[in-house]
Amino acid sequence: MISTASEEATASASRARGADSYRVQRLAVEVGKYAILIPLTFSFAFPLYWMISSALKVDSQVYTVPPLLLPIPIHPQNFIEGWQVLPFTRYAINSIVLYTTPAVLFTVLSSTMVAYGFARIRWPGRDALFWLVVMTMMLPWAVTMVPLFITFKWLGWLDTYRPLVVPALFGHPYIIFLLRQFFLTLPQELSDAARIDGATEMGILFRIILPLTKPALAVVALFRFLWAWNDYLGPLIYLRDEASYPLALGIEQLSRRANDIGNFSNGIPYLMAVSTIVALPIIVTFFLAQRTFIEGISLTGLKG
Amino acid sequence: MAASAGKTRLYTSGEWRNLRLGLLFVMPWLLGFLLFTVYPLLSSMYYSLTRYDLLRAPVFLGVENYTTLFTTDPHFWNVISNTMYYVGFSVPLGIGAAFLIANLLNSKIVAPSLFRGVIYVPAIVPAVASAMVWQFLMNVQYGAVNGLLRFLGLPVIPFLSSPVWAKPSLILVAIWAQGAAVVIFLAALQDVPRALYEAATVDGANRWHKFRNVTVPMMSPIILFNLVMGFIGAFQEFTIPWLLTEGGPMNSTEFYLVHLYRNAFRFLRMGKASAMAWILFLIIVAFTFVIFRSSARWVYYGGDQ
Repeated sequence: MISTASEEATASASRARGADSYRVQRLAVEVGKYAILIPLTFSFAFPLYWMISSALKVDSQVYTVPPLLLPIPIHPQNFIEGWQVLPFTRYAINSIVLYTTPAVLFTVLSSTMVAYGFARIRWPGRDALFWLVVMTMMLPWAVTMVPLFITFKWLGWLDTYRPLVVPALFGHPYIIFLLRQFFLTLPQELSDAARIDGATEMGILFRIILPLTKPALAVVALFRFLWAWNDYLGPLIYLRDEASYPLALGIEQLSRRANDIGNFSNGIPYLMAVSTIVALPIIVTFFLAQRTFIEGISLTGLKG
Repeated sequence: MAASAGKTRLYTSGEWRNLRLGLLFVMPWLLGFLLFTVYPLLSSMYYSLTRYDLLRAPVFLGVENYTTLFTTDPHFWNVISNTMYYVGFSVPLGIGAAFLIANLLNSKIVAPSLFRGVIYVPAIVPAVASAMVWQFLMNVQYGAVNGLLRFLGLPVIPFLSSPVWAKPSLILVAIWAQGAAVVIFLAALQDVPRALYEAATVDGANRWHKFRNVTVPMMSPIILFNLVMGFIGAFQEFTIPWLLTEGGPMNSTEFYLVHLYRNAFRFLRMGKASAMAWILFLIIVAFTFVIFRSSARWVYYGGDQ
């Protein structure tokens, strides 16, 4: 490039000036790009960096002016001490055993069945009903929040996880939508051949279709996990008894305690430590399974 | 329905079999749709016409909840204007920022998946954890931002404790968590045919021309999708405002869902809350309708339309 440009320079000075200014312009664009991108990325990362860094400080390092960028000396014991201020092990068990696990299993199983019915069997009225599924994706959940609470209260389900996981047995519109898209990509001949061999629809779904859509199942399981793990409003409405709290409500409870000045020292570092413990599985899973995540969002606009 | 004999003539036995099988497979969703969507919608419409505190039986009021909200309720119009402010700024700014960031990430850069990952992660971190760290960061006395300002001898910013600053602060947090829109835009940008840019180059187009005349029109369906989903989400924003400001200071962040939640679950005004939910539903439907109608003018769906 450079040699050709200089050859041209001898041939035509004006054209060389043009090539030079083009190169300068390219360089300016490159510099400008990173001049925006790097500070931008830093500011996106900073709050989470601050969470982790403050989790490793003690009070005297938290309240400094200017703020202390690095937590030196480091106080990793905050992770244990903060965890013990409230029964967080209990909350973690609630989150994992009572909420996320059944929510993921129920949603994936039921949505798989439904998506199969919408994608791989041809029946009259199917497309009209699927249109209803798409419509419910846009229905504001605020409208059903109050009546569902009244119903679940009437059933005596308050202070249990049933209002949060039983509806998962009936499929989730986004996940039905996504799985249907995946099922549609498989050739119809696969099913036809199996049907001729006498396979039942259930057999086709579990022996042929599902083994071929494992990546899709991973995507939807991951997102369903995320929704349950991050859910705050659902538990806030249905769970009043502290013993039944999931981690999200536990963190809020800790912040109320930490804000009562004089209650205990290192309130902020403890709060940041527990928040880190709850956020970290998500962050680590993301960087391990980045492709799965990105695929899921790109396909359907599933949100975190 | 009544003439099932007539239907046997309409469908062959194979079609009947498929209809039965298909319905069997979608039965979970169909039941769920009736139990968790249709029934709640209808009962919510009924509750919105009553006074109901969960303790005593609902008292039928007619449209009183609605008229009270619009005429004599001291908070409702404030809640509407707070929500409109929040939605009106956070969605366009969020989608605009996401679009520009996606374009930046789509150009030739080093370590694209690292940059993309860092920008996306805030969208999936538990909202409670984000709320805790933002509350700490934006604190007037010991927040990092004000610590830096104080160190530089600049006046501090009362992010969450002043009615003027609280809404912009929450909008900032919302923009920070816009990563999903960035990833959706990025995926769509990678699908824009290279040939269009090459053709534009041949025609002597510069970067701005290409962005304006190729990228934006090709991306317009995705912009529409992100706008609609963004509006539906922003109208119902709850967790971050509830945890960061609890509607305050001076009700400046009392957004729609915060107010609805407070009425339903703190004051046990199920009837009023249901009426609010229906009003919100109609606002969202109207908004979505207007966006879709306007989209005919600015969304580009391939050459033949």
